Amino acid sequence: MAVPPTKKLFATAAGFTAAVFVLRTMAARGAEPDDVHRWLVVTVQRGPGDLQPDKLPTPLQDYGDRIETRLSPAPGDRGTEIAVRFRQPPPAQSASVGARITGDDPRQGLRLALREAKSLLETGEIMRADAPSTTRSTPGGKLIGLMSRRADGEGVL
Amino acid sequence: MKALCWEGVNKLSVEQVPDPVLRNDQDVIVRLVAGTTCGSDLHLIGGYIPFMRAGDVIGHEFVGEVVEVGSAVRRHAVGDRVVVCSFVGCGRCWYCTNDLWSLCDNTNTNPGIGQALFGADTGGIFGYSHAMGGLRGSHAEYVRVPFADYGAFTVPDGVDDTSALFVSDSVPTGWMGADLGGVQPGDVVAVWGCGAVGQMAARAAILLGAERVISIDRIPERLEMTRRFVGSEVIDYTATDVGAELRERTGGRGPDVCIEAVGMEAHSDGPMHLYDQVKQQLRLQTDRPTAVRQAIHACRKGGTVFVLGVFAGAVDKFPLGAVINKGLTLRGAQVHGQRYIPMLLERVAAGELNTAHLATHSVSLDEAPTAYDMFKHKSDGCVRAVIRPGL
Ligand SMILES: NC(=O)c1ccc[n+]([C@@H]2O[C@H](COP(=O)([O-])OP(=O)(O)OC[C@H]3O[C@@H](n4cnc5c(N)ncnc54)[C@H](O)[C@@H]3O)[C@@H](O)[C@H]2O)c1
Ligand SMILES: [Zn+2]
Ligand SMILES: [Zn+2]
Repeated sequence: MAVPPTKKLFATAAGFTAAVFVLRTMAARGAEPDDVHRWLVVTVQRGPGDLQPDKLPTPLQDYGDRIETRLSPAPGDRGTEIAVRFRQPPPAQSASVGARITGDDPRQGLRLALREAKSLLETGEIMRADAPSTTRSTPGGKLIGLMSRRADGEGVL
Repeated sequence: MKALCWEGVNKLSVEQVPDPVLRNDQDVIVRLVAGTTCGSDLHLIGGYIPFMRAGDVIGHEFVGEVVEVGSAVRRHAVGDRVVVCSFVGCGRCWYCTNDLWSLCDNTNTNPGIGQALFGADTGGIFGYSHAMGGLRGSHAEYVRVPFADYGAFTVPDGVDDTSALFVSDSVPTGWMGADLGGVQPGDVVAVWGCGAVGQMAARAAILLGAERVISIDRIPERLEMTRRFVGSEVIDYTATDVGAELRERTGGRGPDVCIEAVGMEAHSDGPMHLYDQVKQQLRLQTDRPTAVRQAIHACRKGGTVFVLGVFAGAVDKFPLGAVINKGLTLRGAQVHGQRYIPMLLERVAAGELNTAHLATHSVSLDEAPTAYDMFKHKSDGCVRAVIRPGL
């Protein structure tokens, strides 16, 4: 498919702009620094009677006493809300954009564990990405690769 | 194995890639019998969905044969002929259990990207960028299908591969537009776009009892095909004023339900088109919403506009005033395929729903880049090019 070079440039630039937008949004959700002690919460499609705070799946169990866990029924039969946070709040600088891009925000791991626990409780597995990879390394691709690696620990949850 | 890969903006090529393997116990591996081009792929190919990496396998509408099953798969066995839904649903989260499958909570391996873009992640879809799950696409000899008990459906004996193929994506998408758009017996329904999705939306509206269905496009072969195979009335938007034409055909009211099946690369002859194109190219807006704007203007007071066309980000000159002042319901969705596929396969088997005419071309994997070029430019009457890795 022959494309005029300017169009290609625009489209590539577009990909880049969008990618940077997402990285920024992922890393800085608001003007205010993120509250490192805020509860991270997911809702799982399981009755409140099915779950016990000390018997949640391994990814969360592994945190042991380092986290507080709160279970509550979701309104309108929407399952059970699982809330977690570090007992000892991580230092405020761990919420900085830099720490989050380098993967040094401990809440990223906890967020991932929470999502994995939800998936295990609902489906019995954690859906894995395809492997082996079919992609080749290009500058744009590396950026997307970085975002994908961070994406499972980031988000609005 | 061979696969069709995205290599960069407007650049596809057939590559040798490693065979897929089972990654979870609820996966199956499917050997492709046929896959097809979808309008959504054009948005990817053109670089409007930015989260693609060189070497990503594309394709999400397909039919094939199960060749390997994970240990926790209950409903499928090796040898099953299956049509697979384009979106992957886990079947057990709140969204899946409420039949909102494309919103599944557990099938996007990169949830943070969607959450940053949209405020929440969507479910995963085959071959549709790292923002939409990062799964490999189906234009290959084999593809891995996660949560196969929920997303793969055995094709009934009387239904041939080509007819089943479109039940993967374009047919349920069209059906969803009419169904969730709330089409009632007696309604007048207008559909923008006579691609496979628009044609199937028009057919669904007829089967749901609409009194009149009017399809809008500019490509003569597609208009003719829609009139003949779908049975709807047609309007060539380059030959007339669509708004005036619709008012005339609806007693001055406007259509009760307007379904948009065009998407972010809409075409127009009007002065707004240049404006939209420039803004889109400069990334001041990500999408060109020409048909959505027109649908909102044309819709009757209190009516519904359902957006099936794919949009990725922000649009400009969005007529919000018309939405509020005319009391419209505006809705959109990615396809909740699992909700409709079993019923649609039955309708195809019963002869109520013809899909085979959509397959205007049949090519091998090696010819897929050329087929996409033809599909993109709508040349040679191409509506859907069927890619058969076996050829
Ligand atoms: N919601 C979903 O889950 C879902 C699923 C599949 C496809 N889609 C989307 O649906 C849209 C259509 O898909 P398709 O495969 O039929 O694509 P297609 O490219 O084959 O068809 C699009 C049609 O729209 C027509 N068109 C362009 N501008 C128009 C205008 N201003 N007014 C009326 N018609 C116009 C084109 O001539 C073409 O015939 C795409 O945006 C695609 O991404 C969405
Ligand atoms: Zn599609
Ligand atoms: Zn789900």
